[in-house]
Amino acid sequence: MGLRTFIEGWPVYRQLTGTDPLGRGAAAKSDVSRALTARTDTADSVARSVCPYCAVGCGQRVFVKDGRVSQIEGDPDSPISRGRLCPKGSASKSLVTSPLRQTTVRYRRPYSTQWEDLELDTALDMIADRILAAREQTWEDVDTQGRPLNRTLGISSLGGATLDNEENYLIKKLFTAMGALQIENQARI
Amino acid sequence: MAEAHPVGFQWVMEAKRKGAKVFHVDPRFTRTSAVADEYVPIRAGTDIALLGGVVRYILDNELDFREYVLAYTNAATIVSEEFSDTEDGDGFFSGFDPETGTYVQDSWQYEGHEGSSGSGHTAQERDSAAGLTHESHGAPVGGQTRRDETLQHPRCVYQILKRHFSRYTPEMVERVCGISQAQFLELARAWTANSGRNRTGMLIYSVGWTQHSVGVQYIRTGAIIQLLLGNMGRPGGGVMALRGHASIQGSTDIPTLFNLLPGYLPMPHHAEHPSFDEWVDSIRHPGQKGFWGNARSFAASLLKAYWGDAATPENDFCYGYLPRLTGDHGTYQQVLNMIDGKIKGYFLLGQNPAVGSAHGRAQRLGMANLDWLVVRDLFMIESATFWQNGPEVTTGEIVPEECRTEVFFLPAASHVEKEGTFTQTQRLLQWREKAVEPPGDARSELWFFYHLGHKLREKLADSPLPRDRALLDLTWDYPTHGPHAEPSAEAVLREINGYDVATGRPLSGFAEARADGSTAIGCWIYSGVYADGVNQAARRRSRHEQDWVAAEWGWAWPANRRILYNRASADPDGNPWSERKRYVWWDAEKSEWTGYDVPDFEKTKPPSYRPPAGASGPEGIAGDDPFVMQGDGKGWLYAPSGVLDGPLPTHYEPVESPVRNPLYGQQANPTRKMYAHPVNSVNPSPPQEHAQVFPYVFTVSRLTEHHTAGAMSRTVSPLAELQPEMFVEVSPALAGEVGLTHLGWAHLVSGRAVIEAKVLVTDRLTPLRVDGRIIHQVWLPYHFGFEGLVTGDSANDLFGISLDPNVLIQESKVGTCDVRPGRRPIGPALLELVADYQRRAGIVPGQHAPAVTTDDEGKEHGAS
Amino acid sequence: MLPDPNSLYGPLDPAPDAGYENAPPRMGFFTDTSVCIGCKACEVACKEWNGVPESGLDLLGMSYDNTGALTANSWRHVAFIEQPRPAGHGAAPADVLGAPVDADAARPVDGGPQFLGMPGAQPPGRGTGVEERTDFRWLMMSDVCKHCTHAACLDVCPTGSLFRTEFGTVVVQEDICNGCGYCISACPYGVIDQRKDDGRAWKCTLCYDRLGAGMTPACAQACPTESIQYGPLDELRERAAARVATLHERGVPEARLYGHDPNDGVGGDGAFFLLLDEPEVYGLPPDPVVTTRDLPKMWKRAGLAALAMAAATVAAFVGGSS
Repeated sequence: MGLRTFIEGWPVYRQLTGTDPLGRGAAAKSDVSRALTARTDTADSVARSVCPYCAVGCGQRVFVKDGRVSQIEGDPDSPISRGRLCPKGSASKSLVTSPLRQTTVRYRRPYSTQWEDLELDTALDMIADRILAAREQTWEDVDTQGRPLNRTLGISSLGGATLDNEENYLIKKLFTAMGALQIENQARI
Repeated sequence: MAEAHPVGFQWVMEAKRKGAKVFHVDPRFTRTSAVADEYVPIRAGTDIALLGGVVRYILDNELDFREYVLAYTNAATIVSEEFSDTEDGDGFFSGFDPETGTYVQDSWQYEGHEGSSGSGHTAQERDSAAGLTHESHGAPVGGQTRRDETLQHPRCVYQILKRHFSRYTPEMVERVCGISQAQFLELARAWTANSGRNRTGMLIYSVGWTQHSVGVQYIRTGAIIQLLLGNMGRPGGGVMALRGHASIQGSTDIPTLFNLLPGYLPMPHHAEHPSFDEWVDSIRHPGQKGFWGNARSFAASLLKAYWGDAATPENDFCYGYLPRLTGDHGTYQQVLNMIDGKIKGYFLLGQNPAVGSAHGRAQRLGMANLDWLVVRDLFMIESATFWQNGPEVTTGEIVPEECRTEVFFLPAASHVEKEGTFTQTQRLLQWREKAVEPPGDARSELWFFYHLGHKLREKLADSPLPRDRALLDLTWDYPTHGPHAEPSAEAVLREINGYDVATGRPLSGFAEARADGSTAIGCWIYSGVYADGVNQAARRRSRHEQDWVAAEWGWAWPANRRILYNRASADPDGNPWSERKRYVWWDAEKSEWTGYDVPDFEKTKPPSYRPPAGASGPEGIAGDDPFVMQGDGKGWLYAPSGVLDGPLPTHYEPVESPVRNPLYGQQANPTRKMYAHPVNSVNPSPPQEHAQVFPYVFTVSRLTEHHTAGAMSRTVSPLAELQPEMFVEVSPALAGEVGLTHLGWAHLVSGRAVIEAKVLVTDRLTPLRVDGRIIHQVWLPYHFGFEGLVTGDSANDLFGISLDPNVLIQESKVGTCDVRPGRRPIGPALLELVADYQRRAGIVPGQHAPAVTTDDEGKEHGAS
Repeated sequence: MLPDPNSLYGPLDPAPDAGYENAPPRMGFFTDTSVCIGCKACEVACKEWNGVPESGLDLLGMSYDNTGALTANSWRHVAFIEQPRPAGHGAAPADVLGAPVDADAARPVDGGPQFLGMPGAQPPGRGTGVEERTDFRWLMMSDVCKHCTHAACLDVCPTGSLFRTEFGTVVVQEDICNGCGYCISACPYGVIDQRKDDGRAWKCTLCYDRLGAGMTPACAQACPTESIQYGPLDELRERAAARVATLHERGVPEARLYGHDPNDGVGGDGAFFLLLDEPEVYGLPPDPVVTTRDLPKMWKRAGLAALAMAAATVAAFVGGSS
């Protein structure tokens, strides 16, 4: 920075020479203020999304910078919400970036008093084994009159109202194929 | 609505700005009441008495929209002479079977159809929550019915309706609900004055309405009013259900529910549906009018989507692979079975029953008695840590060293870390783009179930067992992408939409469904969402660039139709009822239906069309029958079948009530689902003794600042700080009576639990005068639990388990309790306090209240 | 160039006065409390955009207000006022907490239902006017920095941290603020506040960064019911006057504007309000006056000297660094 620029950048100089003799406006603007931009303007990408809370289905725009969510706000194009969000929808960035989010698999052994770590693939494998064991132990081929049952009542599931249609489709399809029919979600509650 | 759906509420405010009058009915004065034109405080659980009063007001004053009612409803239809009403049965309709606590519905049918079209005995339907299958279509009914267009026949629906509600007078509304006659009349006048040819009125409910032992009948009463006033199928009208989760509508359409398959096809029952043909016929009812005539195509196409090449017409499309129902397998039955050790493993997928379900203690004790539990969530929720931090650990009922449940916590991807569709509360599917990768081990459910499926199939690859064929033959070959091999959600959506098996071409709609195996459709009502190979749910044409119907934003089922039954927005001749309410109409020149929306009618069927004798399926629907999914094409004021607890709504008291039913000897819904289990109990209500042990009514609901069981709000700092503690709202009068102080502590006791909360003394809670006495109601938010940034006792712990018979949803919006000042005891003393209350109330764990109360002293109605 | 005679008091367009040539129209907020539903979306949206930290997890018992006040960590604050009776109508107008039940109201009356402790059931603004209204009201108001035409905080700021933007708003520049705290006692509304951990002053910036990008401030964008409206102040004042007229027509005579008048003690607010009761009911000062009103007189004596000294400092500085 040359001296001249340096001096011109100094508020008192600007106050004395410029249009802001009281030094409360243009002359007082700091470097940071002058360089200020809206971070939505500098986002790398914007995803068009939908609020994850209630069922109104408000449109959201999810702004991403360096692979992280930098802002979530209402989508003004949405005919449902017209860009508006309630406090929960407005808190969506804090939701997805919450430090309380659990990001690793946790495992509690039977009779244990604490959690331990577990590899994701190991967990998946163990769960698959337990499903097969539960089916083995509780499978019902036919009822007392010989009519087909084709099922296990040893496995239950609860959840789906916060999930995607595609997810619910695969959940129902897989559970049905494994003979598990005790599949429920919030719609029953 | 302002409280739980604030952004949706902008449209109410907009209507208000344009002169609409807004009434808010709620036990507690909420943020909605604050801006409503009229706030109507009501005793929790008495909505049918209020709405029944409105029905009576309409009929007595002949304020119904007669032309609409005659043409479009079953008002003129003659009902069997075997039918007898609750007015004659002291709260019972004809056909009650005290053995099973359910109805035989033959006598409810239209004249000439007794026994041929009804459900017959409904015990099995109750256990399978069969009412849910009617979310997309009406129950079966005979097509050709006898009518009296003068509405004078004593057995026509109109006259039956009139008699049924004849005692629901303003005086009775006041006596039952605690609503003044003047205020009731103001509501009734405004509703009727703002309905008709030129105006429409809208009824909005939030799904707390469903959480009653008569929840379905609440909604039925609303529907009857809206039909009588001509508010169905028209813009600005309708019955709007405000659902509470981002895709709870989707999870009902593509159900993760025990009794349904996608598109409201019923899960087969071992005795009722032994073969594919019997299953399909139970859905389509051969000979019936309406669009369900095509059920065979939908069913075959679903099985084809599931089992692909293995599914052939010769093997009934692998129908044999489907697991069979034998009774009630609902979530509450499951929890009791867990406590009894019958269930090995439990998946929780973004759901927190330890806080969110009724009877939290039963939920936690059930989870503590599993072999294994898989919790998939964003946060470490109460349902994952009950063995460590739950209230039962403090009381000694759960000892970590003795609790065998093996717990897997798997972190889930958030809504911005995966792509897919939510279906919002108006059946609109909206596609979400993925913004970022999920952190760490977090994965979508799509990923989890896809890869779990592959693991299972690998492990079973050499299995010779027949039971494993359904898994091995399953179509499970979705393309994957990205570092974690994420399956393609679009590919799944494509399968949901359906495709031509030979060419793979996406179908344009369910009209293309075939029963010969040439089409595969994952969810027939969603067919069209991927029409032309385009993800229609991803459409985002700005609202500024299209009309107010906004048909190019997302995609609504069915067929991108925004208002169902919109044929009713035109008169029988096909002309708009009025210019002001123009929506869909018949264009005589082009000989087709047209309008702002996709007409909910065969496009070229003229208003003058009359079906030939004996016609069935869509062909049987006349040109002036707008309710095309109903067996008779009519809106049902009277439901001859499909609703298990009566063809007409009847006021029953909540299962727990301090008040004797002023209308009938029958106190509560006699068909409600009850569970006699040691963990479950019901507080006594009149005519039982000891009801005074639990003298206060409590109700629970949401705060704007929190979400359901709190997993997505008590963990989020800017929300947690806005409502940081569990509290109970009480009126100044009750505070004085019990000795509560503002911001002091209170504890509430039911036969199940005792919980504590900070006290907010507020005039927003109003004591009501009911049947000659003062009834105090308290209100609690149900968001709190023991994990998260802000914690507190769970309101749902107070509830027992009693269910609506139609859909097996629990009564968790009203119960009775005692309220005491100060904090609750801890440890074993807590259990002793509850046990003491049980003793004083005469509660015997494992027994439930009598279903039938007409033989008791309560014959003289309203004695209190 | 000499300052406008109204630079410190009286009607003024503040941005040109602060040296902005061709300044855009003055922007501001009109908060219409008659449509506020108290959802607090404004509070959250503000925190999310501006990275404002948590302000405490305390149940305050002030109806549904657990924020308490505008602070360094709460730049929007929704006040909730439960009014059993209109102000001036006998007992305990705004403080309903623990109020005893009226003995007459509690006495059973034959037949009809009874409202005990809550005299009526009509919501705000419906009755025939505050005089006759005896109904319960639940008032809600989203409060915010007023962005005064004459902002005392700015006037007293010794570092130039507080400054007037080209939009006429008042913003603290966090890179300049040294935490002296003069602004805090200067604010006639008690808005600006020091953050405990860093000592600096913080308050609403009217989302200065968003304004620069042509966007709406976060709170106004989120607001579900258009209770918070953002736009050119002139337009907002017109809209507000029309809204008051409409409400008066609809039988809400108690509707009035607050902070809209350029002739008031702060020269009018950049963020003004439609209220349904006296300002005090909402915790607002009834007649705020810029605390630096007397500055011009002082300037006459001390101003020129100060400028001269400042000029001397510049000269010395330039000399010293060459």
